[in-house]
Amino acid sequence: MTSSILPPGAKALHDFAPLSAGFSSPLARLKPREGRWQPGLTDQPLHSEIFAEAGDASGAGLALALARDALRVARQAQDELAEADDRRQILWVQDKRAVQRSGRPFAQGLPPEMRGRLIHVETANAEDTLFALEEGLRCRDLACVIGEITGNPRALGFTASRRLSLAAQQHGTALWLVRLDAQADLSSARMRWRAQAAPSPPPLWNAAAPGAPAWKAELFRARSHSPGKWTLSDDKGRLSATPHRHAANSSGEPPEAYQSETRESEMGPQKARAQNIGHLVRPTVGRSMAAVARA
Amino acid sequence: MAIWCARLSVDRWRLSLGRDAARDAEIAGSPTVLITETAHGPRIDAVNDAAREAGAATGMMLADARTLCPQIQTAPADPAGDLALLEKLAVWAQRWGPWSALDPPDGLLVDVTGAAHLFGGEEHLLADVESAFANRALAVRAAIAPTAGAAWALAHFGLNSASDRPIIGPQEDAMRRLSGLPVAALRLDQDVLTVLRRLGLKRLGDLAAITAGAINRSEAAARDALHRRFRNRKSPSANPLIRLDQLLGRVPEPLLPVTVHPMPLVQRRLMEPLRHRSLLDRVLDDLASDMARELEGRGEGARRLEIGLWRVDGEVIVRRLELAAATRDPAHITRLFAEKLENIEAGFGIETVRLRVSWAEPLFAAQADVEQAAEGRGTSLAACIDRLTVRLGPDAVRRPVPYPSHLPERAQRWLPPLDLASSAAALASQTASRQPDRPLKLLDRPEKIAVLYASPDGYPQRFRWRGNVHEVTRVEGPERIAPEWWRAKSNVRLRDYYRIEDEAGRRYWIYRSGISGDNRGGVPDWFLHGLSA
Repeated sequence: MTSSILPPGAKALHDFAPLSAGFSSPLARLKPREGRWQPGLTDQPLHSEIFAEAGDASGAGLALALARDALRVARQAQDELAEADDRRQILWVQDKRAVQRSGRPFAQGLPPEMRGRLIHVETANAEDTLFALEEGLRCRDLACVIGEITGNPRALGFTASRRLSLAAQQHGTALWLVRLDAQADLSSARMRWRAQAAPSPPPLWNAAAPGAPAWKAELFRARSHSPGKWTLSDDKGRLSATPHRHAANSSGEPPEAYQSETRESEMGPQKARAQNIGHLVRPTVGRSMAAVARA
Repeated sequence: MAIWCARLSVDRWRLSLGRDAARDAEIAGSPTVLITETAHGPRIDAVNDAAREAGAATGMMLADARTLCPQIQTAPADPAGDLALLEKLAVWAQRWGPWSALDPPDGLLVDVTGAAHLFGGEEHLLADVESAFANRALAVRAAIAPTAGAAWALAHFGLNSASDRPIIGPQEDAMRRLSGLPVAALRLDQDVLTVLRRLGLKRLGDLAAITAGAINRSEAAARDALHRRFRNRKSPSANPLIRLDQLLGRVPEPLLPVTVHPMPLVQRRLMEPLRHRSLLDRVLDDLASDMARELEGRGEGARRLEIGLWRVDGEVIVRRLELAAATRDPAHITRLFAEKLENIEAGFGIETVRLRVSWAEPLFAAQADVEQAAEGRGTSLAACIDRLTVRLGPDAVRRPVPYPSHLPERAQRWLPPLDLASSAAALASQTASRQPDRPLKLLDRPEKIAVLYASPDGYPQRFRWRGNVHEVTRVEGPERIAPEWWRAKSNVRLRDYYRIEDEAGRRYWIYRSGISGDNRGGVPDWFLHGLSA
């Protein structure tokens, strides 16, 4: 019935027919909301933030794994006949404190295809870090930019992060910003992750040895995906995700989001929405803003 | 190739009298010396063949020579004129090779690498040199060798009989050919020659035999004594060991080429002294576009730029800018200099602004788009690196490049980011071998961890790092990395590395420094060195 007004490219949207029925404009239907995040999605965000501790390399590890995933997808989408291996450089910006707390990248420990392509920048303060990140995003010869900033410096406010988002959008260079030991403050990042190390899957030959890297990753804010928790693991360059079961979650402390949701249901939807608008500045936990606003 | 004009001054004096066969014969027959006036009377600078046979020698007082040969003729020497002639000859000698240098007072060095085939081989090249100089009535001796030092030695001391071959090929053992020459062939100062003569080292072979390999203790002692004797002599002409290495090509020998390349230079002299930054920016804009035109004409791009600001009160401010890749884009140069000119003090005003390119590289005409296209398509990598290095400093932007060492902190070194040739070579050598698992990040300085409970196998079961207690659940190791004995001190301990994972899944790379009972310290300590992804 609706197929007559849809352009041919949007054929896949039929799967979402009940979902898209609520939208009025055909433009809104063109961009499907991909429900759950999963590795290898085609619309990779250009500006992501990963919150992690400085005491381990899980933040940088997850950033690299996501970057590799995105670059692989982008290369496949671009052209099958494009040059087989990407030789563009990768810019890795660290502030001084991040270098002290969590170390410098070690070339031999990098994924093999990134080994010869790293340019490392060490900065003294947050302003310089932001400058370096932005210059990197404005460069057309870089594959991606990875940043590490410790804490919540005053310079990295919402305006600065919006600047980074716009630069990334304008030039199509992706940024993965690792925030070490930081509070999740206001940011315009398209995807915000919280990463933690997870026990690794046992390797094939020596079950007593540490295996392929794994992370407990929580996507707590995303523009086009619903939030969720996964155990991500990087197995020989392939990112694989296993979703967290809620049962495992409930055994621990219940997350804030669930508590707030129960309160909302008591108050009634109308009142809850008004309250949510008042709390716009607070980071949403568990559900994205859009999802809350729509409910 | 070294060319020695054996009697340059005399030849020049003879040529200055005019070229005439009859007269030449007459002059050659009469003993003549060239003299300079000194405080102690006239001293002989150069002698011709007849005078030498009569007993006159360079450095003798004229009065002494007169007693040996009363009919001696004199003429004033002209060292400056000789040097001028030598300079002319050096430029002229570039007909045999693309690069030539002066070797004062009477020699030339020409780089003939890869040029000999144009003359039909090295023998023909030397024959051509001899005939060309003979046409100019200059007596020369020329020799070809892989290094400038060897060619010099061969030209000055190695061509005494007609049977001596004036060429040392690249595969030949230069020391075997030259071992019979006197040590003066090393281009040493007179006092060093005296020292060597007193030590009994007369031939190159003697010196080389001592410095080469010691078979027994006394030879090693002799070698060490020689090294000690010349340890403080940094200048090559005062140190026979450096000269010997230069002759054999073990250390490079810097030489000044005779032709200089003028640096591109633009400047503005201002009618009114500048006191404001906006005006200076305007002048800088003009200078940068002037420079772009200048460089375009030469087909070059700037790698290093210097701006000089001459102030009215006599101060000069110089700012230097180094670029990651050759460029001549005025907007890019202006932008980078704007950063550098932040904190200059104009004083009473700036009257002259000069922009100079002290290092230029060939850059062919290409689409120039650093600034305008940057809005649409982004900047190029070189421009991005330039901006980063100008603001953050050259040491902040670097690239890790593998280095052949097993010690993790030495296994990579940090090089400038666009130094691609060296990094590609290092990478090619590295990727050939299979790598063991290494952590993603390495701490600059390994941090000590306190082992709270060690397992019977020797690795820590529970340890404290940065105030947190970690419980080790998985472990792999040890991987033993021995100290590099050829460069480290004898008390450096070996390291046993373990890859571990704690109860929360954090993966680390820790090591034990030494083993108990290695006599290099007390109880071994544990350190955390790397963080794995």
